[in-house]
Amino acid sequence: MNETLIYTVLTLCSLGVLAAIALFFVAKKFQVWEDPRIDDVEKMLPGANCGGCGFPGCRGLATALVKADTMEGLACPVGGAETMKSIAEYLGRVAEEKEPEVAVVRCSGSCSVRPKTNLYDGAQSCAVASSLYAGQTGCSFGCIGFGDCVSVCAFGALSMDPRTGLPVVDDEKCTACGKCVKACPKMIIELRKKGPKSRRVFVSCVNKDKGGITRKACSVGCIGCGKCVKTCPFEAITLADNLAYIDPQKCRLCRKCVAECPTGAINEIGFPARPPKTEAPETK
Amino acid sequence: MLKTFKIGGIHPHDNKISKGTPIEVMPLPEKVVIPLSQHIGAPAQPCVAKGDKVKVGDLIGTANGFVSANIHSSVSGTVTAVDAQPDASGVRKPSVTIEVEGDLWNEHIMREATELPDLDAKGIIDAIAAAGVVGMGGATFPTQVKLSVPPGKKAEFLIINGVECEPYLTADHRVMLERPDELIAGVELLCRALQVTQAFIGIENNKPDAIKLLSQKAAAHNGASIKVVPLKVQYPQGGEKQLIDAVTGRQVPSGALPIDTGAVVQNAGTALAVYEAVVKRKPLFERIITVTGKPLSTPRNLLVRIGTPIRSLIDYCGGMTDNVGKVIGGGPMMGRAACNLDAGVTKGSSGILLMDDKEASRGTQGPCIRCAKCVSACPMGLEPYLINVMAKKGMMAETEKLHPYDCIECGSCSYTCPAHIPLLDYIRLAKGEVMKIMRARKS
Repeated sequence: MNETLIYTVLTLCSLGVLAAIALFFVAKKFQVWEDPRIDDVEKMLPGANCGGCGFPGCRGLATALVKADTMEGLACPVGGAETMKSIAEYLGRVAEEKEPEVAVVRCSGSCSVRPKTNLYDGAQSCAVASSLYAGQTGCSFGCIGFGDCVSVCAFGALSMDPRTGLPVVDDEKCTACGKCVKACPKMIIELRKKGPKSRRVFVSCVNKDKGGITRKACSVGCIGCGKCVKTCPFEAITLADNLAYIDPQKCRLCRKCVAECPTGAINEIGFPARPPKTEAPETK
Repeated sequence: MLKTFKIGGIHPHDNKISKGTPIEVMPLPEKVVIPLSQHIGAPAQPCVAKGDKVKVGDLIGTANGFVSANIHSSVSGTVTAVDAQPDASGVRKPSVTIEVEGDLWNEHIMREATELPDLDAKGIIDAIAAAGVVGMGGATFPTQVKLSVPPGKKAEFLIINGVECEPYLTADHRVMLERPDELIAGVELLCRALQVTQAFIGIENNKPDAIKLLSQKAAAHNGASIKVVPLKVQYPQGGEKQLIDAVTGRQVPSGALPIDTGAVVQNAGTALAVYEAVVKRKPLFERIITVTGKPLSTPRNLLVRIGTPIRSLIDYCGGMTDNVGKVIGGGPMMGRAACNLDAGVTKGSSGILLMDDKEASRGTQGPCIRCAKCVSACPMGLEPYLINVMAKKGMMAETEKLHPYDCIECGSCSYTCPAHIPLLDYIRLAKGEVMKIMRARKS
């Protein structure tokens, strides 16, 4: 009995030693050298593996950062400027300055302003619904409301508002990784400059139909009247395909367009409530 | 033993309630909306403007590119608009709206002609292209493109699709019964265009009258050898690849075209359109449509001008009732629910189907229990349950290994799923995304 035990233990131990020796040499022969800086850079990144940078996970970006010569075009939207600055310092380079961005939902077509014209009972997915037909309302450009954007958000920054049926962005949580932008089949979500004090003015509509058709489908859609274009003192607004667009780089947040828009398609976010019937104060 | 295809297949109830109703000519509507994109490929370029007077059969849109088709006016009257109009799915597409005034036909159309003209293959194909004929089974692929066999490949025989495996639809069945001589002449013209001497007409054996009649006519025919092949009833036998398998026993490999097996498949309705295009020089501006469904009081097979509003077809056959749950363009398996009934019918509309609330409801969705019913039903040998899961998770690159691009969108998987999972919806999504990835890699 004892003998059996001893032989077994000895055999296994010697096998283990032999395997260890073999593995040692194999490991030497087939060793792949990896830049140790990749590990360090990966540790500095947030580790959400969201793919917002365009690489498969944080390690992908870390590898690309270490291999690249400059920081150009490589940025972690989640970590933001600070993270990139510290990584640049570590790698001995200069970080690109990038303004913080945030996702905005460019549709205000809630259930009350955009009446349903038919009922959809297929797969509850925006991508599927939009591949099948124009949608449940007269507006074929607006939010479908099944929340594809909400389900891809890795940071819990998006949620569906049950009252309006539209997604809402939490500015604090949004990291501008851009996943929702890609997920939305109607291309409603846009990454925009966060703006001073989180204040933003944007056209909350992507409808390119002619004014009359838009109006019929939704009471808060952009009808392409061009009033905002004329009003804007900074030439920040352009009109194309019956749709106005405010360039966030040129916009100075004067909010004259908001007051001028006949349908209320231009939204302002982060401003204090307006006192009734007085000129909006110039910010900045 | 009767022939059929080898992989998958299902047996839905055929519900052919309109099969005994002869083809009726639908009265002219007051206004037609003719989309310029009724075919696969580039939309036609409009060649009329607002205010123009047109006659029946006048060209209103010219084919724009190799894979495209001419569009003709289906009525005589005044063009009131050339703009974007919502189609049956609500999506705005460039269309021509014409106010109907009388019924004056273009003088080039020879309504009385019956003699086959003495044309060579190119002449026939040119006449078909000029008439804007497209595949009438629903896929609407321009016929002249399908008949132009690519260099290096050779057509061995023609297969005429008289299967009509979609439940409810009876348009092709009626064509075979009521226009057999024209159909056979159309087959002869298609054979000449392809320079083949052998043609098969595949018909499922739930249409014994059509099999008998066409067999007689084919036997009496002088010219190409035409053979009627009775097939065992099974859905989706009308799929191009399934029909080739059923009739010839040859299978189209993944990623290959039907022509690689030497077969060219054309729908029975297309053969009739080809006959009219070549013999009568009549463009494709009207087609036979089955208007059917349990809520309708009088289901009918109608000869309808392209662009006639769907609503007027329904009204003509008994009108809407309160219990209509869905209006479907096409058959119940592959058709799409229409949300805009003011849209006009197109060259690809084989049927208008009304479903009552009960029939239209999808059933409560449950979890997948891996019963693999969808796998046994899939006629392309795919794994629908797996593609569904991968697509839902957004793993499009990995899904490529499962060949979602081979899906023919027949809907057998969704039909057979005991958990009512909308499998096809997600497979279609995966198909599109994977094809995008493949195209990006190629370029």
